[in-house]
Parts: sequence; C-alpha cells; structure tokens
Amino acid sequence: MLFTDEKILELELKANDIRKSIIEMLLEAGSGHTAGPLGMADIFTLFYFHILRHDPKNPSWEERDRLVLSNGHICPVLYATMAHAGYFPLEELKTLRKFGTRLQGHPHREYMPWLENSSGPLGAGLSQAVGMALADRIDGSTSSATGEKAIDKFIYCFMSDGEHDEGNSWEAIMLAGKNKLRNLIVVVDRNNIQIDGFTENIMPLEPLADKWRAFNWHVIEVGGHDFRALNEAVEEAQAIYEKPTVIIAHTIPGKGVKEFERDYKWHGYDPDPKDKIDYAMALKELRTLGGKIRSEHQ
Amino acid sequence: MLNPKLKLNPKIFNSDVEQVSIRKGFGEGLLKTGEEDKNVVALCADLTESTMMNLFALKFPERFVEIGVAEQNLVTVASGMAAMGKIPFCSSYAMFSPGRNWEQIRTTIAYNDRKVVVVGSHAGISVGPDGGTHQALEDIAMMRVMPNMDVVSPCDAIEAKKATLLLAKTKKPAYLRLAREKTPIITTEETSFDIGKAEIYWMPDVGLAQVGVIVTGSLMYKALLAAKELENEGIKIKVMNLATIKPIDVDAVVSLAKETKAIVTVEEHQIAGGMGSAVAEVLAQNFPVPMEFIGVQDLFGQSGTPDELVEHYGMGVKSIKEAVRKVLGRKI
Repeated sequence: MLFTDEKILELELKANDIRKSIIEMLLEAGSGHTAGPLGMADIFTLFYFHILRHDPKNPSWEERDRLVLSNGHICPVLYATMAHAGYFPLEELKTLRKFGTRLQGHPHREYMPWLENSSGPLGAGLSQAVGMALADRIDGSTSSATGEKAIDKFIYCFMSDGEHDEGNSWEAIMLAGKNKLRNLIVVVDRNNIQIDGFTENIMPLEPLADKWRAFNWHVIEVGGHDFRALNEAVEEAQAIYEKPTVIIAHTIPGKGVKEFERDYKWHGYDPDPKDKIDYAMALKELRTLGGKIRSEHQ
Repeated sequence: MLNPKLKLNPKIFNSDVEQVSIRKGFGEGLLKTGEEDKNVVALCADLTESTMMNLFALKFPERFVEIGVAEQNLVTVASGMAAMGKIPFCSSYAMFSPGRNWEQIRTTIAYNDRKVVVVGSHAGISVGPDGGTHQALEDIAMMRVMPNMDVVSPCDAIEAKKATLLLAKTKKPAYLRLAREKTPIITTEETSFDIGKAEIYWMPDVGLAQVGVIVTGSLMYKALLAAKELENEGIKIKVMNLATIKPIDVDAVVSLAKETKAIVTVEEHQIAGGMGSAVAEVLAQNFPVPMEFIGVQDLFGQSGTPDELVEHYGMGVKSIKEAVRKVLGRKI
C-alpha cells in the first residue's frame, strides 16, 4: 500500500481521535496511566490502520499477524485503537476499569477475547511473542513440507523501556537472537520515563541499541511520532531475513498534551476529574495538537 | 489387601520389586504423546536429560526448544507457543519451575488461559544429596492456590506416563510433579487412572476400615508397607492414591472419611498448604473427622540419602504407622 501524504494525514487525524478517546476514558475511569498511552498513540495507529494484517470483523482469523502488548499498563491506547478500528463500539471505552467491563485495568483475555495476551506484570510479553514466533516457524516448515505455501505472518511485540529492568526481558532477547526469529519484530517505547523517574536515573539503559545489537538483533532507531520514518522502519524490519528486529522508537510521553509531555509524574496519574483545567486543557490541546496538526473539526 | 480390581503390581512386596524413576515415566509418556500429536512441543531449561525430556528432544528436534538456564523465559515462551495452538510441556526442577517463575506461570499461563503443562521434576526431599536448595517442598501449595491450574502428582513411573498422555489432551493448564530417585513400581498398565479420580489401593480383606490413609506421590510405597504391617497388627486401613490434588476428588475423600471417621495424609511436601491441607479443606466443609498429617514440619531439607531424609523428617513407615495409631486414639 502506497504511503502517501494523504495517508499520513489520515493517520495523524486518527491518532488525534485516539488520543481524545484516551483522555476521555481515563477521566471517566478516574485512574490509570496517562503518559505511555498518549506517547504510543501514533505507533498504535500506524499498526492498526496500515501495517497489521488483521480483520476486526473476524478477530480470531488464523492467518492474522499477532500483536503482543507487553507493558499492559498502557492498555487505554490499545483499547481506544481497537475500538476505532472496529473491534468493539466506541461507547464501550467509557467502561474502562469499571466493574463488569471487558476493558480491565490491565488487559485480560478472559474478558476481552480479541486480545492476544493478558498482561500487566512487566518483562513477560516479549517471551510470549518469542514463543509465538517459534510456533509459527514450526507451522511454516510443516506447511512447506506438504507443498502448501505458508503465509508470511509477523509477530509484533510492543514493550516499554522501563521493562528492560526485568531479567525476563533479556532472557527473551537472548533466545530470539539465538533462534534468528526473522518473523519477530519488537517496538520499544523509548520514552525515558518509568514510575520512579527517568530511566537513566533509575536504571540506566544506554547504550540500549548496542545492547540489543550485542544479542544478535537488527536494530533500527526512529522517531516515534514520524509516520513515514516509522513505516519505513517496519518495512525494513520485515525485509531483514537473518535476524529478529527491534525498532527503538523515541516517543514523547504524554505526546499531544503540553502539560503532560516529558513529565514522568504523569506515568501513573490520570487527569483529575476535579481539576477541570487539566481536562479542558488536555482536550483543547488534543483537538489541534497544540496547533501542530489540523483537527477533523477544522 | 491390595485392591484386586486395580491390578496393582503383584510383586510390590517382594524385596526385588522393580524400581524406576517417576521422571522416566514422564519422558516415555512425552515421547509417546509427541508421536500421537504433532502439536505437542517441549521446552527445557538446561536439564533435558535429567528431566527425561531428551527422549522427545532426540526424536523431534524441530519441536524441542532449549531455553537455557532461564525458567521465567521457559514458561512464558511456552505460553506463546500455546497461543499458536501448540501443546507445550516445559520442564525443569520443581524448585526452579514453579519455584522461581510463579508469577509468570500465574499471569501468562493460568490467568492468560494458555494450555501449558509445567513439569516440576526432582520434587520432594528424596532429591537427596543435592541438599535443601534443590528439594522442592512448597510446590504443591504454590500451584494448587492458583486458579485455572490442575495439580497432578503420580505415585510411580507407569502412572506418570499415563498422566503425561492424559494431560496432553485436557483443556486446562496443569502442573505435573515428578521425583528424581528410582522408586518401586506400584501400578501396572492395567491399573485404572484418570485425572481428578482417586483410587483405593489398599483395603481390609473383610469389613470396614478403621482409618483412611490418603497419599500422593512415591510415598505410596511406604504407606502400603505400613498398611501391610498394620494389618498384621489387626488394624484395618484403607490407602487412597490421590494423584490429582486439584481438582480434588471430593466424593472419594468424603466417602473415605464417612467410612473410617479418621484420616491420615501422607506427602513429601510441607504440611502447610499441601495435599493434606487440600483434604482438610474438603473434610472441614463436608464431614469433619480427626486428621494427622505426614509431611515436612515447616523445615528446609538437607543432604542425605532419600531413605535417611524420609526417615529423619518423619515420613517413613514407622511414622505413618504412628500417625494411624494416633488418629485411631482420637476417634470420637
């Protein structure tokens, strides 16, 4: 599919709508994480509206690409994107974190079966994606043995930078490198924040790209809000034959809301419903992204 | 007498009774289930030979994943493979899996509802010389408190093979507890076995039993020796094999308590939270009777031969007989 300027504009507008949904649903819920979901809105939009082979009307389609969200706490962006993509009604976003909801505080497949995995505790998503990629490779070889052409599936995993603190993450990184899983593509949300502060103060990760490279991964670094660059990075990752690829996407936490941007305190705080300024400000910012992009209402 | 319906090993009380490790039964079962179903895959954390996964790994290298010494990765990768329709068995020592990776098992297998069989080998005190770090005495408790997780602890190699074949076909995640040492063969291929079903292995020749002894794992052999000696002393007991600790066979446990009005539980595990606790939960709610618990009394293990350790920590024939007499004296 051609990645035209028109397509990029369409994605920007979609990401903007998704950000509005994120703010609205967190405000309604009264708790949850803010910065991560807003920072990842562009990447989720690109994947669900351009990259992923999936069918929201047939979510269990066997040949779909798999997208594993490892850092489940940013699920508002997952839920909002899925709703905008047509997996379930937008209205349902208001039920986030409420009793009886399908949109649990952290993703749970038992309530929302269209999820690829339940998650929340950090450091375990990548290894599940590695398991999927290994299984898919077994199936691929089986299919070619019977003469049927195996469809090229990709297993994508979105993970945070903070969860590199977890040993389990590195166990998975090692195993994927060992097995040369070319069908596995990871996107790291490099937003430099975690709950206690900036990643480089809490547990320095740099040189992060060198670390992944040393574990036999192909590494691409890219701006996390540049649709063209992100799309090119994914296309490159799909083309790399001999290694798994990690795309380290430099994102701005709270992207789209000036007051939230780059402040680690927003990692785990929701906009306070009692504080009308925050809410009004956030939505106003988002309507135009601070004047940076056109609103659909313009 | 041995329950004639179950066709148990007729040579069980011979001094030269055949001895095979329970883990070997698992290894053979895994190979067989791998032959029957191409979706069965196996993962191991650098203990392929000692967990007896090597039989499968040699036959089906393309369906075997060597994870390295990384138990957290072991179970989470298995979860991912299950998500793609595979039936993963992942093995390590029980102390490391589920000992080290409990939260990963909870979140990515049980909570995530992915059909994975977690195989904990070298469980119990009878690991012996390796010492306390390697003797898993808490694993039954850890796994049975987890929703959506079955717990199976076979009494011999033949039963372990049957359990492996059956667990490949169930829908739910499961924990399979295995022991390292060679232990006597108690059952035969003809002995009936099913997940979730308890069986009476020993019963009085005539009349009702005075005490019910409920056993899980290889201590079944010690319990049967105790039963035989007690019979000679005029004490009639029934010995139940509770291989599936969860889901527990409530009807069988309650029925045994109703008949005997006194229960002894026997397991190579901490008394707190283990199989005995599971039985106590059932009886307290349905038919309370006096109980005695054979197991490790809130202690860590140490180096020694399996027999030395079983005796030292009060799980041998003598201790079982004492517990039976004690609970008999407490009967109301």
